[in-house]
Amino acid sequence: MPLAHAPEKARALYEARRTRVPIPPFTDDDPSLGAADGYAVQQELTRLLLADGDRIIGYKAGITSKPMQRLIGVDTPDYGPVLGSTIYGDGAEIALTSFLQPKIEAEIVYVLGSELAGPGVTAADACRATAGVAAAMEIVDSRIADWRIKLADTVADLASNGAVATSSRVVPLAGLDARLVGMTLTRNGELVDTGAGAAALGDPAAVVAWLANTLGEQGITLAPGHLVMTGALHAAVPMAAGDVFRAEFDHLGPITVRITEGSAG
Amino acid sequence: MTSLTELAARLSKAVADRAAIEPLSDEVPGLDVETGYAVQAMLREQAGPTVGWKLGVTSRAKQAQVGVHEPVRGFLSGASALDLGEPLATAQLIQPRCEPEIVFVLGRDLAGPSVTAADVLAATFGVAVGIEVLDSRYRDYRFTMPDVVADNTSAGRFVVGAPVGPAGIDLRLVGVVLEHNGEVVATASGAASLGHPAAAVAWLVRNLAAQGEGLRAGEVVLSGGLTAAVAVAPGDVVVASIDRLGSVELACR
Repeated sequence: MPLAHAPEKARALYEARRTRVPIPPFTDDDPSLGAADGYAVQQELTRLLLADGDRIIGYKAGITSKPMQRLIGVDTPDYGPVLGSTIYGDGAEIALTSFLQPKIEAEIVYVLGSELAGPGVTAADACRATAGVAAAMEIVDSRIADWRIKLADTVADLASNGAVATSSRVVPLAGLDARLVGMTLTRNGELVDTGAGAAALGDPAAVVAWLANTLGEQGITLAPGHLVMTGALHAAVPMAAGDVFRAEFDHLGPITVRITEGSAG
Repeated sequence: MTSLTELAARLSKAVADRAAIEPLSDEVPGLDVETGYAVQAMLREQAGPTVGWKLGVTSRAKQAQVGVHEPVRGFLSGASALDLGEPLATAQLIQPRCEPEIVFVLGRDLAGPSVTAADVLAATFGVAVGIEVLDSRYRDYRFTMPDVVADNTSAGRFVVGAPVGPAGIDLRLVGVVLEHNGEVVATASGAASLGHPAAAVAWLVRNLAAQGEGLRAGEVVLSGGLTAAVAVAPGDVVVASIDRLGSVELACR
């Protein structure tokens, strides 16, 4: 039965975040858990984090590429909230101590300029509601041991969101074909991977539309200023202290983050 | 030891029969890259006019994976060029796979042992979207580096879009999208080829200089696959799109 034990599961994830000790996947005990169960837990967990004083400043979409969808065995993306406490700027130092088992991804972030409420939102609507796009990186992290996630597990775990770094250079969409925006990711100056916007659902604007429609089913509206992280343009890359990651996007410019050990405890 | 002529003949027969063979290295354990190029040179003599060159193993990740530090090159024969809009006759090939590439069209001759990416760009008339159709003569694309060099780096067919001037385009950053039957199957940016496609072409020029050759005005260079190649069958359509350069669509029959 769906929605069972959502508060307990949310509490387990909350503790995993706090103690940085991962927990076994929920789907080990109950393989029948699906997306609806995952979102019920995500909602409870978000409630706990907001009660601590955090706030939602946008959303991330995950599982937006065909290879990832095949890997997880789904045919739609998933989403989770982006929390104000996890936002970094260009050039930021990011401490490993904030995470359990982080990896990094380069993405295009959409910054909304006007409200966007599903259902019925098209990619063209999404573009019209967008103030601009910017270079971004997401640190994905899993509170589930060894990233051994099925769909319900990752959805419950805020879609495996860890942190988000965005450039302040927000570029208007006009005249830009986001599908064809190229990206190179380097680690310590060496090329790690490349990609283009189309890696996200064929068109990052389609991700924004999907998100608006999916949130709309729950009566949630994307608001002006909200960030939408539209999904990785390449396979996620593990990180270590001392790494400098730089994602450079055609038309949008670069974003750099520096990974540090941080202080234990 | 099996003669070079015999090795080249084996590959030519595979092309003629449209039947894959086992890697040459299975029977010639000492086969090295130098020998591979000697076999390739024999195939080139039989192939008619060379209209350009192609690069392989230009991804650093791929190089690390197979334990090499530089790309490989093959020649393009006029007979293997498809014109824009011309369908790919898959029945003429063994196991075709398509990949998107940035193609350089030379505006003037370029040769020498110390040519750099900047020299390449200065000598370039235009850059274009290309689709390379690979067709390894080895069963299931199982081969060693010397094998693939001997097999002219799996060259099969190629098609080149309309060239645009390279000025003002950062080829490192241009987005690359490969679609197969309408679905995005891979993306990249130009940097996927050796960090910069012009650097890959510069390597080619330096490599050719060692044998007293160079690039000639009007020749084309396929500067290296930017994504993994996708296998194609009759009825398939492949589209390669590159920001600022346009798109090329290839129908397979």
